[in-house]
Amino acid sequence: MKRLTRDQLAARVARDIPEGAYVNLGIGLPTLVGNHLPRDREIFLHSENGILGMGPAPAEGEEDWDLINAGKQPVTMVTGGAFFHHADSFAIMRGGHLDICVLGAFQVSAGGDLANWHTGEPDAVPAVGGAMDLAVGARRVFVMMEHQTRGGESKIVAHCTYPLTGIGCVSRIYTDLAVIDVSSDGLIAREWVEGLSFEELCARTAAPLKRADASSGA
Amino acid sequence: MIDKTLASPLEALAGLADGSTVMISGFGGSGQPNALIEALIETGARELTIVNNNAGNGETGIAALLKAGQVRKVVCSFPRQVDSHVFQGLFRAGRVELELVPQGNLAERIRAAGAGIGAFFTPTAYGTPLAEGKETRSINGRMYVLEYPIHADLALIKALQGDRWGNLVYRKAARNFGPVMATAAKKTVVQVDRIVPLDELDPEAIVTPGIFVTHLVEVGDTVLRGPQPKPPAAAGSA
Repeated sequence: MKRLTRDQLAARVARDIPEGAYVNLGIGLPTLVGNHLPRDREIFLHSENGILGMGPAPAEGEEDWDLINAGKQPVTMVTGGAFFHHADSFAIMRGGHLDICVLGAFQVSAGGDLANWHTGEPDAVPAVGGAMDLAVGARRVFVMMEHQTRGGESKIVAHCTYPLTGIGCVSRIYTDLAVIDVSSDGLIAREWVEGLSFEELCARTAAPLKRADASSGA
Repeated sequence: MIDKTLASPLEALAGLADGSTVMISGFGGSGQPNALIEALIETGARELTIVNNNAGNGETGIAALLKAGQVRKVVCSFPRQVDSHVFQGLFRAGRVELELVPQGNLAERIRAAGAGIGAFFTPTAYGTPLAEGKETRSINGRMYVLEYPIHADLALIKALQGDRWGNLVYRKAARNFGPVMATAAKKTVVQVDRIVPLDELDPEAIVTPGIFVTHLVEVGDTVLRGPQPKPPAAAGSA
C-alpha cells in the first residue's frame, strides 16, 4: 500500500481547486496546499487576518512582520491583492463568499460533523481561532488529515467524540489513504491508494463507506 | 483648533479605572500597540478585562500585563500559541478567567457594539460547546445562535499614520482588529509611527475616520523586517 506523503496529499487537494476560486487554507497541513497550486491557474488565497491575494513565503531576509498568515508566518502578496479589516475578513468567511476552505481535523463523522479545535482534555487550554466561522461559512469545506491516528484509530467516525467545530459542514475528506465525499447518501469513497482494496479501506474506517461506481484505485 | 495628539502614551491613559474593559488591536504581534500596552502596565490599573485575538506571547506586551497581575479576564479566540506560557500558567492556576470566542464572533460582536446593534444571530458555533446555554433560533431552515456586542471602556490601537483630527491609515495586515475596535470603546487611543499634517492623508484612502479616535501618540518607526530572533512557530496559531 502506498500511503500518500504530506506533500502528495497536499498536491491531491490542490488538483481539485479550480481557476478563479476564492480559497482559505487552514493552519498546519492545509497550508502545504499553497505550495502545490498550479502556477497557470489564478487562485485567490484569503487569510483571516485581512488578506486576499496571499502569495508564498518571502525569501530569507525579506520577511515583513506586518504581512503574515493565520499561522503567523511571514508571507507575500500577489499583484492585485488587497488588505481589509477583521470584520470584513470574517464577512468573507461567514457570508458564503469563499468557494473552498481546507481544514485539518481530529475527527469527521459520517454526517459531516467536524471536530478540529479541542481535544476536550481537562488540562488543555482551548483555542478556536476562525475554524468555526470557516466551517459554517465556506461554500465547500474540504478536510485534509491522516486517515488514522498514530495508535491506528480511524479519524472518520460514526459520531465525533471530540468537541464539535461544526455540524454537517464537511463536503469532502482527503486522507493519506482515500478521497471520500460526504453526501446525503452517506460517505462515498471516490478513490483510494494503490495496493489498498476497498475492503481494506473499509476496515480502516470507523463509519460505513459506499463505493463510487466509476472508480476503484487511484 | 482641534488637536487630538498627545505627547506621551501614559498621558493618553490618564484616569483609567480598575475593572475597565480594554480592547487591544493586533493579530499576534502584527498590529499590536506595544508602546500603549507598556503605558497600560505603568498605569497600575487592575482587575482589567482584556479583549484581544490572542492572550499574549513571550514575556512582553500582553504577557507582561498578565504577569503583573493586572488582568482578571481575557476575551479572545486563540490563547494557545507556542510561547503563550504566561497566560497558560495563570489560566491553569485559576488566576485568570477566559471567555473563548470564535474569531468571527469576536470581530462581529465588536463591530456590533460600534454600530449600535443590540444583538445578532449567527450560525457560527451552533451545536458546539461554545454555544452552550445560548439562545438559538431557526431562520429560513437554518439554526443560528444569539450573540451580544462587546463594548469597551478603552481601545488601544496601532496604526501607521494619523493626523491631528485622528484620521488613520494602517500598514498591510497590521490593520486587523484596529478599525472595528476603534468604533467600540468609550475612549480610543492610537499609537502611530508618524503624525502627519491634516492635508497629507488621501480622503479616499483613510480607513478610520477621526470621529472614532480620542487621542493619538507618535511613537516612531515600528516596522519589523527580516528574520526575527524567534519567529512564532507554525504549530498552534490562528
